[in-house]
Amino acid sequence: MAWFIAKRAVALALTLVAASLVVFGVLEVLPGDPALLILGVNAREDTLAALRESMGLDQPAHWRYLAWIGGLLTGQLADSLTYDVPVTELLVPRIAVSLPLALMALTLTVALALPLGVLAAARRGRAADGAIMGASQLGIAVPNFWLGILLILLFAVTLRWLPSGGFPGWEAGVGPALAALIMPAVALALPQAAILARVTRSSVLEVLGEDYMRTARAKGLSQGEALWHHGLRNALIPVVTIMGLQFSFLLAGTIIIENVFNLPGIGRLIFQAIGQRDIVVVRDLVVLLAAMVGVVNVLVDLSYAVLDPRLRRGHLRGAHG
Amino acid sequence: MVETPTPTAQTMGGRRLAATAWAGGAVAALVLLTALVSLVWTPHDPAAMDVANKLSDPTGAHPLGTDHFGRDVLSRLMVGARVSIAVSLVAVGLGAGIGVPLGLLASARHGWIDEAVMRFNDLAFAFPALLTAVLITAVLGPGAVNAILAIGIFNIPVFARVARGAALSLWTRPFIQAARLAGRGRTRISVEHILPNIAGALIVQGTIQFALAILAEAGLSYLGLGSQPPEVSWGRMLNEAQTFLFLDPRLAILPGLAIVVTVLGLNLLGDGLRDRLDPRLDTRRADGGR
Repeated sequence: MAWFIAKRAVALALTLVAASLVVFGVLEVLPGDPALLILGVNAREDTLAALRESMGLDQPAHWRYLAWIGGLLTGQLADSLTYDVPVTELLVPRIAVSLPLALMALTLTVALALPLGVLAAARRGRAADGAIMGASQLGIAVPNFWLGILLILLFAVTLRWLPSGGFPGWEAGVGPALAALIMPAVALALPQAAILARVTRSSVLEVLGEDYMRTARAKGLSQGEALWHHGLRNALIPVVTIMGLQFSFLLAGTIIIENVFNLPGIGRLIFQAIGQRDIVVVRDLVVLLAAMVGVVNVLVDLSYAVLDPRLRRGHLRGAHG
Repeated sequence: MVETPTPTAQTMGGRRLAATAWAGGAVAALVLLTALVSLVWTPHDPAAMDVANKLSDPTGAHPLGTDHFGRDVLSRLMVGARVSIAVSLVAVGLGAGIGVPLGLLASARHGWIDEAVMRFNDLAFAFPALLTAVLITAVLGPGAVNAILAIGIFNIPVFARVARGAALSLWTRPFIQAARLAGRGRTRISVEHILPNIAGALIVQGTIQFALAILAEAGLSYLGLGSQPPEVSWGRMLNEAQTFLFLDPRLAILPGLAIVVTVLGLNLLGDGLRDRLDPRLDTRRADGGR
């Protein structure tokens, strides 16, 4: 187990190095001179040169790359080009918006998809199955940002129950903060729940046909009992795999959903930073997001071992391809 | 109740699926037809403004009403279909055009080429797709062509994976081994024997990717990174409509419905095709959902 974790940690580190190289390389070719961006087009050439020197822009690319990585590792992030404060100061208040949002969305996704998927599988071919699968077909086809607009239309414009956008801050109290996050979370969650419900259904159907389930039923357990005691654990492995993928969709989804609802989160920050050519913010955020996705993938791999003891010995990588 | 599929349930299931696939195909064809018609005819000039008649409700002259500049919504939806379909089609074509040969190559030659293709795939999946798309369009500038590139790039690993997976199982089959013994080269076998046999899987994946591309294009356009004005796109129409949400919700509902109907149609068609073309699923259905 320890060996497995060590191997996965090394793989994660290598992926992050590759990701940071890609981001750094891409931003190198991005047109636009950061010094010119800060000082404006009317700046004198010698002022520009002085600023480039103080920002280290006159150094060769590989030195700047190493300096950046060194800063990331020691937590000393460079100053944002547009906000003129260290990126850390920008990040903390925005993570306080985006992380709760992503977690709420993930919780909603699972809370909706698992029961509905299991129900659809247990009632295969009957009305409940048809209704759930029909709804999930529809859910998959709905763009999350349009769903967000529809929710605003219903709950903010027509019913006036919820604010149409913006974030009051956690200091305004948990109630108002959650009220501002609930619609974005639902908009993010429903399309993902639709996908997860289908995966859950087919995974449970697969398990229902297994020999050990037939044995459990022959012992006199009802289908529900057999599923609960023997089936669900096994059915969960593909479900957890998809959940891991969905977390990265949810994170990326914040880029668009935070724009719909005017939320001051990570997604909106990265979108604005790209628009403003603030490469310092962009590269830090991209690596941060890639790291979060990577950590979640490692957790997913570890959860296989928790769910299925057979996978604890050696074959963890092979277990899911 | 134990799941015991009866023959009637089987045939009913089969027939129902086929019907939804037909319906999905018909809807997708209708959208395609609308896009084609918009090339030669729209009820009004989609760019013609009539400010005196702005935000008008549906009337005889404007069946779906007008937008905040008094432009005909139906005409704009028709032209928007064109952009959505063109961008998605070319993006998926790009992904398949590069991904399928890569996947075939990886399956034909094991060893480092296979390894390299699969590692490239892993790296591509490590980044959230939307984030990469936003980065690409930011580097290259917003616009339809760059949206095609951004969406096309994620489709490469998807098609490479599907092509490789489907092809790998074929290489051990007797008819391929016979071709090998007859002295055919790996490239020629890939093109003449493997490709036709994995075409079904590729068409199914293509349909699903097409639906995903429509969603992605709408998202990029909504963020202002897709096709630029005066070009019309469903995503951009939604973006503009959000400003007038309190005044006229109709503008925000119609383009979204157009996206949902198109994507739903393509997904139903893709699911139906998969049931027809993927023999593994047939056996699964036949022995009770295993």
